[in-house]
Amino acid sequence: MTRLLVCPPDFFGIEYEINPWMRLSNRVDHEQAVRQWHGLMRVFEQDLGVVLERMTPVPGLPDLVFTANAGVVVGRTAVVSHFRYPERQREEAYFEDWFREHGYEVVSAEKGVCFEGAGDLLGFPDCWFGGYRQRSDIRAFPGLSKRFHREIIPLELIDTRFYHLDTCFCPLSGGELLYFPPAFDPYGQMAIAERIPNGQRVSVPEDEALKFACNAVCVGKHVVLPSGCPATERLLQERGYDTHAAPLDEFMKSGGSAKCLTLVLD
Amino acid sequence: MSASQETVLMSGHIIDSLVLAKVLDIILMMGGSFDIQDMQIGKTREDSSRARIFIRAASAALLNDILTAIQPHGASIEREADCQTAEAPADGIFPENFYATTHLPTQVRLRGQWVDVDRIEMDLGILVDERKSRATAVTMGDVRRGDRIVAGREGVRIIPLQRPRERDVFGFMEAQVSAERPHGHIIADIAARMGHLRQRYRQGQPDSKVLLSGGPAIIHAGGRDALTWLIEQGFIHLLFCGNALAAHDMEADLYGTSLGYGLTAGRAIPHGHEHHLRTINRIRTIGSIEAAVTSGVIRHGIMAACIRQGVPVVMAGTIRDDGPLPGVITDSVRAQSAMRAAVPGVGLALLVASTLHSVATGNLLPATVPTVCVDVNPSVPTKLSDRGSFQAVGLVMDAASFLSELVRVLERTA
Repeated sequence: MTRLLVCPPDFFGIEYEINPWMRLSNRVDHEQAVRQWHGLMRVFEQDLGVVLERMTPVPGLPDLVFTANAGVVVGRTAVVSHFRYPERQREEAYFEDWFREHGYEVVSAEKGVCFEGAGDLLGFPDCWFGGYRQRSDIRAFPGLSKRFHREIIPLELIDTRFYHLDTCFCPLSGGELLYFPPAFDPYGQMAIAERIPNGQRVSVPEDEALKFACNAVCVGKHVVLPSGCPATERLLQERGYDTHAAPLDEFMKSGGSAKCLTLVLD
Repeated sequence: MSASQETVLMSGHIIDSLVLAKVLDIILMMGGSFDIQDMQIGKTREDSSRARIFIRAASAALLNDILTAIQPHGASIEREADCQTAEAPADGIFPENFYATTHLPTQVRLRGQWVDVDRIEMDLGILVDERKSRATAVTMGDVRRGDRIVAGREGVRIIPLQRPRERDVFGFMEAQVSAERPHGHIIADIAARMGHLRQRYRQGQPDSKVLLSGGPAIIHAGGRDALTWLIEQGFIHLLFCGNALAAHDMEADLYGTSLGYGLTAGRAIPHGHEHHLRTINRIRTIGSIEAAVTSGVIRHGIMAACIRQGVPVVMAGTIRDDGPLPGVITDSVRAQSAMRAAVPGVGLALLVASTLHSVATGNLLPATVPTVCVDVNPSVPTKLSDRGSFQAVGLVMDAASFLSELVRVLERTA
């Protein structure tokens, strides 16, 4: 059974600008954000039978809702993130505490090396991919590869709008990859093609990529993605996936969507 | 060159991700060049790989731009330390653990600065003058008690050879030792270099001298006229040889024989075996080869051409020498020093038909000097290459054919 770590959006808002989506002038409708978040949770719990672990929100940490960046969890080990921007570095201690209190062996990212958790480390059972350049440092990956005995293919993120790997790259349970190729340079695109055969790669159209169609959560044959991405839904349905669109535009104001709001625990 | 090169390390899944390829492409696209000095490729998919990359750029600013561009892709500058030195315990003795040089361009790090090692040559030590921030290659015999000599390998780096811009036979930097391969294109490339170097030499440009180190087989085989022509036409600027080449060259002028054989008739001349002794005796009587040429006793040939063209000749003696001729240095350590002193400025070395002189000259040359070794015996170029002069192009052919063909090509193109 899938378990996800989430954090209610009690203190969610835009209090700083650390990605191209964030505009202090673009105010979040807080009540609407809360409604959207609970709607998403309903899909997970009621439609997909996912178990949710809820963190306690902290005033002054508006982005704590984006639990994908807490770290990565492999078995009972949690590697806690080290954020690039000071605005989010204050979240690290809270995530670390949560992992400790829940019995995880906590490992810190290498000192002085930025690593933003499952936002930049995604993959298939054998092969993982690591996004770098925007937030995480490429130097974070060799250590993780050694610790978890997994190949980690680093992919440079070349478009600041797709600042985490999970904004443009979503591995699916059947081995397919939902992604937006122009977020990667030709080297990255070739490296992806080397690992994932042509028929398994599903390219998302640009207008839907910009609605974060790739910031989706795949649970078995179900994919939860932001609403407003009908072409992506069709592509997924053609491959036998049930799609669940959730309105999340209040979170898009902050540059996050379905996947950013969750962290896979098991 | 110290400011514009750096070594970086990369590790991780850098191969299949094409991150290594990307870094190398960035270096080239920005106008730098690189050598992969060390590469460990992971055996399984989970294993990571490591690469040590030496980067070179035309200026310190460009190097800095390149390093800035590649660091986000995980290329980190290798940690560096100053070189360690130890005192020479006595004259002529290196300290224990002294660093033994190669003939590749080498630098040592003194107080945080990379300094070129002057007069690099294989199998020497490195003498450091820290106050002047200088480092010089030094022979065991020349070291003096108390000299600071580099010890260990820390703070020493060897600069791999750059591929030359010319896409000729020297660009491959491999010893082609085979009698089975065609020689024409190699000789054409050598001739082209010689033509270019003669022009540069006449303009007083650095590293434009052509050195020929030769044995007496040049005379026996009939290459005397060709070599004489090359010297007279200004294609050769330095000659290394022994007693025999000079003696037989002048014997040919005085008697028309080489080691008693008539050079034109091709058969033994009565009492011909005495000719080289009589030649040596004659020159000894006159006092010097130079005097023999200027007084008109020796009129033609290699030695006469060298004297007239002002081409320096270093003659190194051996145990079996007759005489020897005046000017032959019979102390081998002194001969080595005289050859070493003449080597700076050489831009091409032709080692022709002499095992001992070829290997000795090869040992003195930095790897940056394009070198050709010509001998009928394939073991000579092989030996030269085995002794470390890997840059030498080997040509298995007769000395006279080589020189005559060289002349033919140069006459056609000059």
